[in-house]
Formats: sequence, structure tokens, C-alpha cells
Amino acid sequence: MTTQKTYRHEIYQRAVLESFAKLNPRWMVRNPVMFVVEAGSVLTTLLWIQALTGKGEAPTRFIGAIALWLWFTVLFANFSEAVAEGRGKAQAESLRKARQDTPAKKLRGVANDVQTALSKTEVVSSTALRKHDLYLVEAGDILPADGEIIAGIASVDESAVTGESAPVVREAGGDRSAVTGGTRLLSDWLIIRVSADPGEGFLDRMIGMVEGAKRQKTPNEIALNILLAGFTIIFLVVCVTLLPYSLYSVDAAGQGAPITITVLIALLVCLIPTTIGGLLSAIGIAGMDRMIQRNVIAMSGRAVEAAGDVDVLLLDKTGTITLGNRQAVEFIPVNGVNAHDLAEAAQLASLVDETPEGRSIVVLAKEKFGLRGRVIGSSDEAPEGMHFIPFTAQTRMSGVDFDGTSIRKGAPDTMMALVQSHGNHLPPDLKPAVDNIARMGGTPLVVARNNQALGVIHLKDIVKGGIKERFAQLRKMGIKTVMITGDNPLTATAIAAEAGVDDFLAQATPEAKLKLIREHQAGGKLVAMTGDGTNDAPALAQADVAVAMNTGTQPAREAANMIDLDSNPTKLIEIVEIGKQLLMTRGALTTFSLANDVSKYFAIIPAAFASTYPQLQALNFMRLATPESAILSAVIFNALIIIMLIPLALRGVPYRAVGAAQLLRDNLLIYGLGGLIAPFIGIKLIDMLLVALHFV
Amino acid sequence: MTLYSWLQLIIYLAVLILLAKPLGAYMARVYMGERISLDRALGPVERLVYRLSGIDPRAEMDWKVYAVAMLAFNALGLVVVYALQRLQGVLPLNPQGLGAISPDSSWNTAVSFTSNTNWQGYGGEATMSYLTQMLGMTVQNFVSAATGMAVLAAFIRGLARHTTKMLGNFWADLTRTTLYILLPLSVVLAIALVSQGVVQTFGEYRTVSLIQPSAASESQVIAVGPAASQIAIKQLGTNGGGFFNVNSSHPLENPTPFSNFLEMLSILLIPAALCYTFGKMVGDTRQGWALLAAMTLVFVTLLSAAVWSERSGNPAFTAMGIDQKQTDINPGGNMEGKEIRFGIANSALWATATTAASNGSVNSMHDSYMPLGGLIPMWMMQLGEIIYGGVGSGLYGMLAFVIIAVFVSGLMVGRTPEYLGKKIEAYEMKMASIMILVPVIVVLVGTAIALMSEAGRAAIYNPSAHGFSEVLYAFSSAGNNNGSAFAGLGANTPFYNTALGVAMLFARYWLAVPALAIAGSLVQKKKVPESAGTLPTHTPLFTAWLIGVIIIVGALSFLPALALGPIVEQLMIFG
Amino acid sequence: MISQLRPAFLMLLIFTVIAGVIYPLVVTGIAQVAFPYQANGSLIAIDGKTYGSELIGQQFAAPKYFWGRLSAAGYNAAASSGSNYGPMNPALIEAVQARIDALRAADPGNPLPVPVDLVTASASGLDPHISIAAALYQIHRVASARRLDEVVVESLVEKYTEGRQFGILGEPRVNVLLLNLALDGLQ
Repeated sequence: MTTQKTYRHEIYQRAVLESFAKLNPRWMVRNPVMFVVEAGSVLTTLLWIQALTGKGEAPTRFIGAIALWLWFTVLFANFSEAVAEGRGKAQAESLRKARQDTPAKKLRGVANDVQTALSKTEVVSSTALRKHDLYLVEAGDILPADGEIIAGIASVDESAVTGESAPVVREAGGDRSAVTGGTRLLSDWLIIRVSADPGEGFLDRMIGMVEGAKRQKTPNEIALNILLAGFTIIFLVVCVTLLPYSLYSVDAAGQGAPITITVLIALLVCLIPTTIGGLLSAIGIAGMDRMIQRNVIAMSGRAVEAAGDVDVLLLDKTGTITLGNRQAVEFIPVNGVNAHDLAEAAQLASLVDETPEGRSIVVLAKEKFGLRGRVIGSSDEAPEGMHFIPFTAQTRMSGVDFDGTSIRKGAPDTMMALVQSHGNHLPPDLKPAVDNIARMGGTPLVVARNNQALGVIHLKDIVKGGIKERFAQLRKMGIKTVMITGDNPLTATAIAAEAGVDDFLAQATPEAKLKLIREHQAGGKLVAMTGDGTNDAPALAQADVAVAMNTGTQPAREAANMIDLDSNPTKLIEIVEIGKQLLMTRGALTTFSLANDVSKYFAIIPAAFASTYPQLQALNFMRLATPESAILSAVIFNALIIIMLIPLALRGVPYRAVGAAQLLRDNLLIYGLGGLIAPFIGIKLIDMLLVALHFV
Repeated sequence: MTLYSWLQLIIYLAVLILLAKPLGAYMARVYMGERISLDRALGPVERLVYRLSGIDPRAEMDWKVYAVAMLAFNALGLVVVYALQRLQGVLPLNPQGLGAISPDSSWNTAVSFTSNTNWQGYGGEATMSYLTQMLGMTVQNFVSAATGMAVLAAFIRGLARHTTKMLGNFWADLTRTTLYILLPLSVVLAIALVSQGVVQTFGEYRTVSLIQPSAASESQVIAVGPAASQIAIKQLGTNGGGFFNVNSSHPLENPTPFSNFLEMLSILLIPAALCYTFGKMVGDTRQGWALLAAMTLVFVTLLSAAVWSERSGNPAFTAMGIDQKQTDINPGGNMEGKEIRFGIANSALWATATTAASNGSVNSMHDSYMPLGGLIPMWMMQLGEIIYGGVGSGLYGMLAFVIIAVFVSGLMVGRTPEYLGKKIEAYEMKMASIMILVPVIVVLVGTAIALMSEAGRAAIYNPSAHGFSEVLYAFSSAGNNNGSAFAGLGANTPFYNTALGVAMLFARYWLAVPALAIAGSLVQKKKVPESAGTLPTHTPLFTAWLIGVIIIVGALSFLPALALGPIVEQLMIFG
Repeated sequence: MISQLRPAFLMLLIFTVIAGVIYPLVVTGIAQVAFPYQANGSLIAIDGKTYGSELIGQQFAAPKYFWGRLSAAGYNAAASSGSNYGPMNPALIEAVQARIDALRAADPGNPLPVPVDLVTASASGLDPHISIAAALYQIHRVASARRLDEVVVESLVEKYTEGRQFGILGEPRVNVLLLNLALDGLQ
């Protein structure tokens, strides 16, 4: 707790200094709204200096106060940005520790085993490694660069990147061949081909992202900036032209003094959308930051924004919609076989099957028929005379042989072939039983004893708890969910219905996935998906929001525009919410900022022309004490509201899964109506305070 | 307010809304190239026009070509109107022998009529020959209106079509608008107006004897001319340039309450119906109704304020023992600058309608309105001429506001904003911002320049804050292509003719071209299908939000200026 | 730009003919046939002499005539104009006061309040009408100037009163020109 506090304290301390550093006009000019405020601050300061010499256009104290609060307005905006950046910077620092230069054992040629490799190594600095170079790492080494394993298998501590302390296994080939520079090898050795030049590695990109150093404005942010610049120009014209209007009015009314430059600048700063202008950049950085807090690294702000726009989510069935493991739920005997017999045979065949499915068969037999398989044998070593046949890709079945009895279980088509190949006929009720299970979304396993079919085990996909509700929410948000599965259409239909997805793609191949994405995109929709395998890469590259699992392959990670360090496929839903939150926060604060203007007109206009047209005091609804206190109160409110909204900008507007119509209504009520009313109260309070403090 | 005043306002709105659907549907058919009942009669004429001008009406244009065609046509029109005025002295159909018009006035009027503003620095009956009125004014009344509607048609296609570049053919849109919409309506209206007493003759001005001859004169010269044909299109095409100096308050331009009703109806008829056309063309009429509802809500609110203000009368008169109370035998209220046959309700209704649409014709003198009553028309114009607005231009101006409203509210529901399935991105924001920015800048900067210059101040007629209002009104009118005036301002001077001419030019084409640019960008985009996450833009909530954006963005920018004009004047009178 | 100039020129030419020549000629043709009286200015001709247009007001200052609205144009029907006085303009107050004074001078002791339309300028400067209240206000003066019974004058006023059109539109009003012509015809 204390460390958390000091850590925050440090961020704020640094942010205060940063806010001053950011006053550099070359930095400010990127934000037209705040640049105008800064220009106004400089101008009023000059007017204040002029007033100090006794030639002021208004009381020195008044000009001084306005100038001071205008500077505060700029500083507060800079502060918000600095705080947002600070949080990222702190994270970046810990990442950077992992990226320090490390010695690398570079290979001067190809090697496929550690002995050959060792003979070819030369130790160089990690910065000397280039793409396509090979290097060797051994237990205890820090990996010097990102790469693809070409030989070896080892456990790796990736906590520097993921924050997850459990080691992960990395091996050549397959979907676990990518490694990240900065992680540490815990055991064995690996030969790795470098996949990124120094400074372009995954960790470097991650640091860049969290630091916001190379942050580019996102499309929506650019559009909003244009709108804000437009407003700024309008109000600039409004204020500049007010001077000749005022001169004429003084002439026409025959009394009073023209509006002062100080008041014009105050009016301008109050009218231009400083609230959103000041917080815009902080909102963007904080959006990225929220992703990082959920252990998602977005490769661009554009991707985060696109996440909010997603219309279609492609979700892998396994792991996302269903628990990874199927479980046995029923034994269906055929051909008059006793259910007990079937269960026993199934249990025997599964005794050493350590897959979750296999274990669930043993458990089911025990639960239903009180069979205690462990009496016959233990999984650790085969009991006397028992010979277990493991599952292989070639045979596609597993089982056990003992006492001349052979029991096999496996996929229906393989098993049926087995039965028929031994000249036995298939029981007539076998096929219907198999089909029935498939229709219900289950996976049938056929059990045979001595090549005679005994019956079918019903393995069932278990849909994750709460997922159906989650999909219902998504539907309310207007997002369509599509389940991707390798299952046959029959099975897929059943699971889709149970999970409540809108659509599914059965017997999915990488090509079918890619085609599906393209079809949706052709209809104008934005598609998000997750993936981890190399064969997912084309689809990931095509999708608008593509989240790669950190455990995935290098090609998958490169094709994606986000990486989930937790490798949790359900994260996609959260990513969408963060994207929406980012846009909502911008919209809400823009609305708030615009609505604020109404009160400021009523505070400043009567005050600005008080000497020429005292009748305008009728517009002073707030009954602000004096013209000076009115103008100053508006300026102070304008500055303070930025500070007060920093937490909202960093946290984001809360998102609820409801339809757009309701969301708009709620946000308009809070930020539109609130923005209309709040400043009336705020300005009045500040005015009362100024009076109480005898400032005016 | 008497029952009759209410009744007349209600009947007016009811008829307007009732006609929006049939006329709107008809116009949609015209723009979608579908068969219409007038094909048989006018089809041959249409084809003849294409053949004579060597145009293939099916050759579609992208936005740039469309804009170039539009600009070329308007530029040429401007030159012709200018030349006609400069040369009218030596041209035929000039029974009064009126001489050439000064270069600055000619420039002003040429811009004014080609830009569909119809600001009139001159007095019609004392300045323009019949030939100039017909070949210059009447022709531009048609084609400037048709230009606005063509640009709108292209804009709507930008929303309705997808993944193409083509927005239609300007020449075909221009021709079909004129032949199938403006001409038939104008003929019917013109005849109806003549039946009420509007003159339509090529004869010279009539001289009649006075019933009570005075020392100065025994006779009265009555200006006549081919007025009805011009008045019909000036009302229908949101032009507003009158045949006579005092426009539709002239008894020969607007003789009866019924002619007044028809003329008022014509002001808003096409702009209101185009909302339905829009809905029809984008395949969702609810979208059109939502816009019409937003317009009507603002209209009714401001109309009520205007009627209330004028009905209350002038406190200075009350002090003099004058009876301003409305009864069945006394129209009451502030009758200065108003005609008896129209009374308060019809005058205030006209003033609100003519400034809501960028029509600018008048049946009463806005300069003599009470400050609040004068603020309403001024504010209507400053809103950007989008409450119904000019034919075509009003709706595309409104759609610029819709784009901004959609953008902000779209963000608020957590999506990249989209309107009718089209994503609103940086380019659209840039163009929409220009469309909103330009009129504001033109009005405010123009007013500032006028007030700073000797020539600008010299033309001011009324003293004090009201004088400020006159200048502000003039630039609000020119800078939004309205054309009405606080007519006390002596604007027929080289300074105002030039400055207001520039203002009108900017206001028209700096909106029309960005509008086409938006269409050109939107038309290339895919159409995102609607879902529960899509911001609905046809709901009362969105309509309310749209109004809020219009008020805050479009209207409040003028609050400081208005405070120094009508607002302070109102406060001076009523304390 | 260049390629569009040719069609632009031809189009403008064609529409100048259609909208600028054919259209007004067609309308004039129909108007002159169907509504010749209205199309030519609604002129009142009695015995070959044209006494004005029933739609155009004239200046009346003699006590024996009903007076119309104030006119900034001096009822010049070839140069219509309103006063364009703002509501606070001292000139407006002056003009109104002058009219009140004239009305009072011509008919001292008239107890009726002065209806607003009788002291304000019309928009066109040619308004042919006054309100019923304004006519009633003047009956006493006109009747005494012409030595007529007020009831006779009143019945004439009633005769030249136009109600709301179709019972709803506009304001009830009295046509000053027609009323005065009728008054003259009485004598």
C-alpha cells in the first residue's frame, strides 16, 4: 500500500514538472485548443506587465488574476497528459529493465543440437544481433532477442513480459515456437533464429506503446481535433469581432468603455472547448493504459479504437465458449449389451488415459455403477498382464489388451471400420446412437470389446458458465458473435444453441475463416478475432481487430494488432468494451465542454458590456457580484473543471452493455444536461468565494 | 392573441406538413429517375433540352465534375445578369425607359440572384426593366433554386449509394428540377395569385386620377408588370427577390389574405417536402421525418416568440393613449410597417418563415419590428438557414449539422460515428466544419468591417442599438443567402453592394462545394448495416440532441453580437 | 471546367428561353384571358375615368374622407416603401404624435381610443385598408364634415368592410378607397 502511494506520488511529482516542460509552444501547437489558451496567457501576462507600469486597460490585480488562471488552465491540461503518460512510463521502466543489453551467444552457422551449437558460438552484445541471425541460450540465460525456436525444448520464465510467474514450455515447431527477448530460460537449451532487429523487438514495441512516446493520433481523435479546431476558429472570430462591435456600441450609447483585451481573451478561453481539448490526449493515453492493465498490448491506438466499432466477434469454441475439456456424461449400450458391461469396458480402456476426457470416463463409471477401476490397476504402471494401447494419430483409438481381451475406444468412423474389418456386423442401433449424440452437440466415442461394438460414450462439451449472458449483452450492444469450431455442423448447431451465439462456422479451416471475415467486411462490418496458431495468421491479418495469444506463434503475433499476455480468449469481449469506453469518454467530455458554454455566455456578456449597456445586467441570472468577479469566476471554473475531470478522463466513462439508444440517453442526461447545469452552480460558488475573500 | 390568429398559424403548419409527403415522394421519383405523371407532357421537352445542349443525362459525374458543372453554370449566370443590368437601357422591353444600373449595384444583384439570395439593394419598380426582370431575375429564380436542389440530390445520393464515385449528372438534375418541379408549381401558383389580384401584364405603368387631388399631384402612377410569374417562383424557389420594392407587402404583389397564405406556404413547401424526399431516397423515411420534426420544433418555438413580441405592441405607443389591444375589429399590436390585411399573426408568421427558409421576401418591414420580434428573423438566419432553409441548400446545411451531431453523439455510444451506415471520419468533419464556419465568419467579420468603416456607418438609419442591428441583420442575411433586410439601412452604396456581394458569394459556394465534397467522400464508403449498437438517428432523443447542437454551435456564437443589438434594445424598452 | 462551359452556356440559353420567355408569356396569356381585371391592376373605371386601383391606397387628408394608414411613400405607387423606423426611433414617436394631433384637431372631443393602425405607417406605403376600429373612429368626423347621419356613414363602412377571407384568413378590414368613392357618390 505504501509503495503504491509513493509510486503514485512519484508519478504526480514528475507530472507537475512535465506540465511546465510541455509549455514549449512547439509541443503545444499540436493541440490547437490549448495553444490558443497559451497564446492568451502570454498576451494577458504582457497586459499585466503593462498594467504594472501604470498604463493598464483594467485594474492590475484583475489582469494579473486572469493571466494566472489562464496559465493554470494550460498547466492543468498538460498535467492531465503528463499523469496519463506517467502511468505508462512507470510500466515501461520495469519493462526496460528486462531489455538491458545482454550477452548473446551468436552462432556462426546452422546447428541443430547444443553440441554443434556450442562449437560455433561467439559472445556478442544483444544489440549486435540482426534479423535472421541464430543464437543459443542455455538454462539461466536471458534471451537477447525475439525469435523463433529452430531446435530444442525448454521452459521459459516470461514473467518480465506477462507478469505471470509460472514458467511456460517453448519448443521448436508447432504453435509454441516464439520467444520474446528479455525473458529467461529456466531449463535446457534452445537455438533461436532472430526475428527482429534491435529496437524493433516485441519488448521495444511494448515499451513504446505503454510510454506513448510514438503515439499517433487515431482516426477518431483526428476527426474530433478538426471539430475542436473548427469551434476554436468560430469562437476566435466571435471574440475578435466583439471589439469593433463594442467600440461602435460605446459610440452609439454615448457611455462606457470598450471591452478590454483581457476580457476578450477570458471570454475566448471560456468558450473554446478547453475541457475536452485539454483532456483529449490524456483520454487516448489512458485508453491504451487500460488495455495494458488488462495485460493486452495494442500495437496501435487505431486498433483500440477499432475495437469499439467491432460488429462481429469470431470466437474459437474451445477455451472461449466451452471449457477446453469434454466430459463423459452417459454410456449408451447397443445390441442388447448391459450398460454395466459397457461402463466397465470403457473404464478399463481409459485407465491410463490421462486426458481430461479419459479421466472423466473413469469417474463417470465410478459414479454410475460404483466401478472402482483402480482396483484392477493403477495408472502409474500397468498391472500384470495388462497392456495399454495409447492414442496415436495413426490409429486414432486407444485401449487395453489383457487376458486375450482387447478393448478399444475411439472416434465412431475409425471404430466402425475396425469392427467391420474383422467381419463383424455393426449393430443396427449403433449409428442412430452416434448420430443422436452428435445432434445434441456431444462427441461420441465408440467402445468395442474384441472388435464387437458394445456401445457409445457420450462426451459432452461443457459451455462456460455465464457465457450465454455475456453473448446476450453483446447482442444488446449490437455485436454479433460467431463461433468457430472444427466440429461437424450437427455438433456445432447444438453447442451454438446452448451457448447462445448468433452464428457458427463448423468444420472451420483457416481458408473458411478468412473467407468468413472477408464476407463480413464486404458488408461493411468490422470483425474481431483471436488466434494463436500459424494457420490463424492470414485471418488475423485480415481481421480489423486481431488478438493473438501470447503463447501463440511468431507469425500469429505479427499478424495481430493486439497481443493478450494472459492468452485468455474471452479477453476479446473486454477489449471491445475498452474500445467503446475510449470513444465514449471523448464524446461525453466534448458534450460536456460544449454544454458548458451556455453558462459562460451568461456570466461574461453582461459583465463585459456593463459600462456601455447596464441594462444587460438582466442577463446576469447568476447574480454574480461584479463584472470582474463574474469574468474571473468563469475563468477559474474553466480551469478547475479540467483538474476535476482528470480522474474521469483516466478511468473512462463507465460502459454498460445496453443498446446505443439507451446509452445515448443516459450519457446525454449526465454529460449534456450536467454540463449545462454544473457550471452555473460552479461559477456562482466561485463568485461567492471571491466575494468572501474580498478579492473583489 | 385571438382565436383566429392561432387558427391561421395552425392551418398553415397543418397544410405544410400534409403536403410534405406527397410532394416529397413526387420529388424523390424525379431524382431517382422513376416514371412520373408529367413524363408524357414534359418528357419530350426534357429530351429536347438534352439534345440541344448536347448532354447525355445518363453520364454520371463524380463530385468534382459535378461541382465544376455547377460552378460554371452559376458563373455564367452571374455574368449574364450583370450584363443585362448594365445594358438594359439599350435593350427592349423597357417601357419606362429605365437606364443602366451602376456597376456595384449590378454586381450585387448579379451575385444576389445567382446565389439564390435575392438581396435587393434596389427598388424593383424604379430600377429594373421588364427584360431584366424576366431574363435576369426570373431565369435565375428558377435555375439558382434548381442548382440548390441539384446539389442536394447529389448529396443525398452520396448517402444512399455506396462504393461508387458517381453522384448523378448535374445537367440532368438541373433540367428535371426545373421542368418537373419548379415550372409546374410556378404556373399553378402564378395563376392562383393573378386570380387574387396580382398583376401580370406587359403594359406600361398605369396613371389614375386621385380621388382627393392634392396641390402636388392630381394623379397616381401605378407600377404594374409581369409580376405574378416572377412572384410564384420567388416564393417557391426560396428566392425572395420581389417585383416591387416592398416585396410581398405590396398590394399588387400580395393583394389578399389568401394570396398571402399561398405565398407563405410556397416559402416552406419545397424545403419541408425535401425532407421527405431525403428519407425516401435513403430508404428510410423516418430519417426525413426526424429532420422535419427538428426544423418544425425550432420553427414553432421561434414563431411563437415573434408573434408574442409583435402582438404585445410598443410600450411607447401605450403611453400615448393608442389602442394596441387585439380585438375582432382592431388588429392591435405593433402595426408599424405592417399591412392591415395580414395583421400581426400573418406578418410574424411570414417574417419567421421567410428567414427560416432562405427566402427573404417580406410582407412587413422587419426593421420596424419590436427588438425581440426582429431578433427572431435575424437569429433564424444566423442558425445557418437550416430550419427548412433554402430549397436544397437548407437540407444540405442541416445535414452538415447532423454530421456534427452524429459525430459527437456517435462517440458517446462508443462507436466510430456513422450516419445512415456511412462512417463519419476526419474528411467529413473537415468539410462539415467549413460549412458551419463560413457563414459565421462571413456574418461576424462583415459586420465588424462595416462598423469600422465610415461608409458602413453612414448607411445606418435608426439610432442607437437598433442601428447596430441593421448592419448585423444585413450581413446575417447576405452571409446566409436570405435576402431580407432591416431595410432602413441604406445599403445601395458601393461599400455595401460590394461587401454584401462578397458575403453572398462565400455563403453560397463555400457551402455547396464542401457539401458536394462530403457527398463525394461518403458515396465511396461501404454501408455499415444497422445493429443495436448503431446510434439511432430517427428518434425524438436524437432530434432533441440535434436541436441542442444547432443552438449551441450555430446560434449561441451570435449571442454576444445579439446582446449589443436587439437584446439590449429589448431590455431598454421593457427594462 | 472548360468541358463543362459548353453545356453550361447552352443550358443557360435554353432555360432563359423556357423560364425567361415562354413561362412569363404563358402565364400572361392565361392571366389575361382568365383574369383580365386582376392581371391589369384591379383598376376602378367609372364612366371611362380610372379612379385608381382598388388594391392601392391613396392619400386622404380632408376631414370629409376616411384617412388611410400613414405612408412613408406618400402613396406613390411607383416607389413603394415602408418607414423602417425602429421601435425606439424618436422619428417614429414624432410621426405617430403628429398623426394623433391631426386626428384630434380634425375631430376634437372624439372619446374613442386611437386604434394603432391609424397612427402607424404601413409596410408598403400603399395599404388600401384600415381596421374596422380605425373606420369607426373616423365616422363622427366624416359624418359631420359631410353633414350626414352617422348611421348612414356607418352602414357604408359596413358595406365596404371585408371579413376574414373564407371566414378565417387575414384580418377584417375596410377598403378606404372604395369607401371614399362611395361617400363621394352619395353626394
